[in-house]
Amino acid sequence: MAENNRAVRKLKEKFAASILDVAEFRGEVTVTVAKGSILEILSFLKQSLQYNQLTDLTAVDYLGKKAERFMVVYQLLSIPNKDRLRIKTAVSESVCSIPTATQVWATANWLEREVFDLFGITFDGHPDLRRILMTDDWVGHPLRKDYPLQGPDREPYKGRLS
Amino acid sequence: MGVDNPLGDNIITTSLDLLVNWSRKSSIWPMTFGLACCAIEMMATGASHNDLDRFGIIFRASPRQSDCIIIAGTVTKKMLPVIKTVYEQMPEPKWVIAMGACACSGGIFDTYSVVQGIDEALPVDVYIPGCPPRPEALLFGLMKLQDKIMKERNSFGAAIGLGERYIPEAA
Repeated sequence: MAENNRAVRKLKEKFAASILDVAEFRGEVTVTVAKGSILEILSFLKQSLQYNQLTDLTAVDYLGKKAERFMVVYQLLSIPNKDRLRIKTAVSESVCSIPTATQVWATANWLEREVFDLFGITFDGHPDLRRILMTDDWVGHPLRKDYPLQGPDREPYKGRLS
Repeated sequence: MGVDNPLGDNIITTSLDLLVNWSRKSSIWPMTFGLACCAIEMMATGASHNDLDRFGIIFRASPRQSDCIIIAGTVTKKMLPVIKTVYEQMPEPKWVIAMGACACSGGIFDTYSVVQGIDEALPVDVYIPGCPPRPEALLFGLMKLQDKIMKERNSFGAAIGLGERYIPEAA
């Protein structure tokens, strides 16, 4: 099913070694790629396959569930082809960085700042990597699974009846 | 009558404190400052159906002209410095009303980004529970503030530089 997708076929032709997994769920195609060639793949999708809009860029924290802790997710939309594609790539905690996509889609600028702010993943080559939601003097990255929900300076809530 | 009454019924006697308190409670001017859904109820309270104007409560657009701030909504840690600045810009005497569960205690937002009650930063005079409080509740809270203002002592003396205003503890 997903293998018949035009974009997936083109990607497999050009980046066979970097495509780690292709999945389809309810008509949504997800391609997992290697971090090393993420920028070439994204540029190819934009320039040759007309994925001209980056609708969202987020990350997932798989703390304790996967060997490589973070997964950066790119949600792409091709307006001329009326087609969507999801690109995922794993980022480990020890090398917690990934090349920026700001040169491909300008909108990646603020989206990458948000991921940096809340997950602490750095985007190499980003023109202005500052916090965007939390205050500038904030310590920590709140959407990481090991960040205490009520903040580091409070005793955690143990339930109403404890 | 044995006492001569040359001025007729045109004079009343009172204490200066009472006069000052009465004029202050009859012209509470809150800062126009809304933070979340409570602000919608605050606007409803100010609108024609409940009509805060009949108490002399008129929302002002500048903290320099306000003597009350209604903390109407969730106070995030990012917003707290702004609220502190607005409060510091208000001239004395000034009062603070914590409107709603979030302003009183953080409400349902028991998280890293939300201040767990505005009383961590400002001296609150009246707490109004509710999520959000109905306009009647806000009105009742403002009337409680009026009662509190009427109980203040030495308000005239403090205004002319003699001592401090004194607010008796609630019985």
